[in-house]
Amino acid sequence: MAKVLVVTSGKGGVGKTTSSAALGAALAQAGKNVVVVDFDVGLRNLDLIMGAERRVVFDLVNVVQGDAKLAQALIRDKRVETLSLLPASQTRDKDALTPEGIERVINELREKFDWIVCDSPAGIERGATLAMRHADLAVVVTNPEVSSVRDADRIIGILDSKTAKAEAGEQIEKHLLLTRYDAGRAARGEMLKIEDVLEILAIPLLGIIPDSEDVLRASNVGCPVTLHNPASAPARAYAEAARRLMGEMVDVTLPIEKKTLMGRLFGWKVA
Amino acid sequence: MSIFGFFTRTRTAPVARERLQLLLAHERSLSGKSDLAVILREEILAVIAKHITIDREKVKVKLDRDGTISTLEIDIEMPEVVAVKT
Ligand SMILES: Nc1ncnc2c1ncn2[C@@H]1O[C@H](COP(=O)(O)OP(=O)(O)O)[C@@H](O)[C@H]1O
Ligand SMILES: [Mg+2]
Repeated sequence: MAKVLVVTSGKGGVGKTTSSAALGAALAQAGKNVVVVDFDVGLRNLDLIMGAERRVVFDLVNVVQGDAKLAQALIRDKRVETLSLLPASQTRDKDALTPEGIERVINELREKFDWIVCDSPAGIERGATLAMRHADLAVVVTNPEVSSVRDADRIIGILDSKTAKAEAGEQIEKHLLLTRYDAGRAARGEMLKIEDVLEILAIPLLGIIPDSEDVLRASNVGCPVTLHNPASAPARAYAEAARRLMGEMVDVTLPIEKKTLMGRLFGWKVA
Repeated sequence: MSIFGFFTRTRTAPVARERLQLLLAHERSLSGKSDLAVILREEILAVIAKHITIDREKVKVKLDRDGTISTLEIDIEMPEVVAVKT
């Protein structure tokens, strides 16, 4: 049965779009039929991160409003056959989405795909609540930093009250994805520790994504990091997280401290 | 990463710059007439529908933008027996 996954956080800039692209691609690379849906109406970026920005004709708003058929708006990835993108509108605002329209589109997507990955906009307003509305499970993205952890806690509360599942008295499955983790800074006590974040938020850990230049390089060229450099640390962490989403029991790999060449030669730890 | 890797690694920033220039030029030129694709499709279909019956489910619209040219492809499947309207 199809699974609807929302990637959410409350705070902006923590890595939702990066993670939606990487998890979506990793699930597709594992053979699943995947669509990533951009809910950030007015500020779309998933198309750019996926490298499909030149191929967008119709978008989620066109489909919701009946101006285009779903099949016309879906963009098939050129690298992974089983990966598709449903872009957001760049020119409308979030009020163009209606709860009924979204429900109809999600139901239609459920018939075509194994995984529907919804990239949520930041905030706790309409856009964010519509993105999570029909989710079966949520990936809560946070950085090891106070304000993003606080916002994550807020979002967890909203997931437990405002989703269709919650309203039906069911539990929505929630997973924590800790991104932009810098092991060196955590070791020096400059950043919240993994166990601190886990204790505070008290939801199961899906993975730890190291802060890495590979993520920037992948976004420069418009390719999810799991496709662009599968051997890199963030790609491996995302692939591992995807396996966990598919129900496999995999131990979470802890990012190790990165030392520069100089650091290695002289035994220094370099930030 | 080796020392040589450091110097020879292909730079990705120029790719990013080029992709952004292309995209932003397009988006700026579009402000205000956001649904150009919808308008074009509807008007083209209306002209064709005057003459032949078309199945709207079988209309594909594809776009590809490049540095120099952009193409908008509107692919209309013709019915097997072309019903020419009189
Ligand atoms: N693991 C990471 N390492 C380094 N940079 C990252 C990582 N994850 C995200 N980023 C960067 O952080 C910024 C915000 O990421 P994005 O995915 O757009 O966040 P959001 O969708 O939550 O606003 C981007 O510049 C992105 O490249
Ligand atoms: Mg985003």
